Amino acid sequence: MDGLTSIIELEHICFGYDAGPPVLDDLSFLLGEGEKAGLIGYNGSGKTTLLHVIMGLLTPSRGTIRVLGKKIETKKDFLEVRRTIGLVFQNADDQLFSPTVLEDVAFGPLNLGKSPKEARTMAMETLERLNLEGFENRITHRLSGGEKKLVSLATVLVMQPKALLLDEPTTGLDEDARTRITSLLNDLDISMVIVSHEYDFLAGTVQRVYSMKDGRIQFDGEAEILHVHVHRHPVIEHRHGREGEQGKSHSR
Amino acid sequence: MIREPFVNEASPFQRLDPRLRILMATAFAFVTALSDRFSALVPGLVASIILIGFSGLQVRNVLKRLMLVNGFVLFLWLVVPMTFPGAPLFDLGPLTATREGVLVSARIAIKCNAILLSFIALVAVSPVATLGAALARMGIPEKIVFLLLMSYRYIFVMETEYQRLARSAAVRGFRPSTSIHTYRTFAYLIGMLFVRASARAERVYMAMLCRGFSGRFHCMQEFSFSRKDGIWAGCMTIALFGLGILEWMG
Repeated sequence: MDGLTSIIELEHICFGYDAGPPVLDDLSFLLGEGEKAGLIGYNGSGKTTLLHVIMGLLTPSRGTIRVLGKKIETKKDFLEVRRTIGLVFQNADDQLFSPTVLEDVAFGPLNLGKSPKEARTMAMETLERLNLEGFENRITHRLSGGEKKLVSLATVLVMQPKALLLDEPTTGLDEDARTRITSLLNDLDISMVIVSHEYDFLAGTVQRVYSMKDGRIQFDGEAEILHVHVHRHPVIEHRHGREGEQGKSHSR
Repeated sequence: MIREPFVNEASPFQRLDPRLRILMATAFAFVTALSDRFSALVPGLVASIILIGFSGLQVRNVLKRLMLVNGFVLFLWLVVPMTFPGAPLFDLGPLTATREGVLVSARIAIKCNAILLSFIALVAVSPVATLGAALARMGIPEKIVFLLLMSYRYIFVMETEYQRLARSAAVRGFRPSTSIHTYRTFAYLIGMLFVRASARAERVYMAMLCRGFSGRFHCMQEFSFSRKDGIWAGCMTIALFGLGILEWMG
């Protein structure tokens, strides 16, 4: 990371739900500008929790968060964070709540104080950029799974974030939608953290892969190398990839 | 579930300002509901039928909708004439129907159908999304409008979730019957639905926060009041006054 500006910097973060065991335990992580990182881990290993902590939706019991070098402490700081970093939720139905696509995409810009006209223009431009022309008047709940995912990506990208956090963006999508999302993410010139169980998908989108274990993040290696590695030794693929999905089943 | 069957049919009313249509349908509903004389109610029903004629909706679909409500009206006809005090009209076994009872039932039936028809013609031709925006532009508090829009949005998700749960019970051999086991299963299903709904509400709210939501809703859609709207507004106002005069002068 030398010489790179950091977008997100986490130091000694601890977090636990109520009286339960800590989900994040002395976790440190750094995302550089332009860096695309993949994050792998068991169900319940705290990946989603981590994303929510970064966005200020959950408050850690210890540790510091820096975004663009600035220490984030107050509620107001987090409002700023939410303009800088966009989070795409795992379930598109959680993200899309407006009746029409246009209104949903324009929701963010309107919150940032844009006029309805500006918000409409921004929304239309974003939809066009994602090849979603003609979607503006579609009813959100009638979209297909892949379309919903693309639109939820649009609702976040319209706010022009400097970094993107994606929570399992390909879960439940078919091959077509997956390919579309992959090429879309590759075209984006911003930092991102992608949580996923799929090595293939990560290999096609990110440079580095990290894994979460025992409440911490560890660096696994460059995505390319890991990818090759996995394919040459199917036994190891078993250890690395599949266990994550089947090993522990308690979810959080 | 909400299917919005009248939205897809082409209706000339769709080109009118939705605010005007909501306002007129509401005013008509008030006038009709408050009227008591048949000399005002019958013309009101005729007026609503004329509106349906102008709306260009398929008569068959409209009738189907009416059947649903008239099921309840039929129930009223079975009970009210026999229980309402007044001059006896005819006997039905041990029960006696009264003249006043029959008149009250007839009034309810006419009011019900007239109001329903006017709302089908004027309001149901717009998607809920447009209606929500129109209500917001009419000065209805934003929170109420968004309550309507959010319920509309998530009722579908809840339906899917319910069906998923019901299916998972069905594939494990669950067949509803009159037993404690059935009641308990349904209680679990409904309970689970509530738990999931509340968890989802939390996630939706978090997603909104992430996009800079600060408690204020903004409305995007703009409406304009055209000359055509003016003409319709004039006609409908005159018709409403006519009904009022028939009621209070007649």
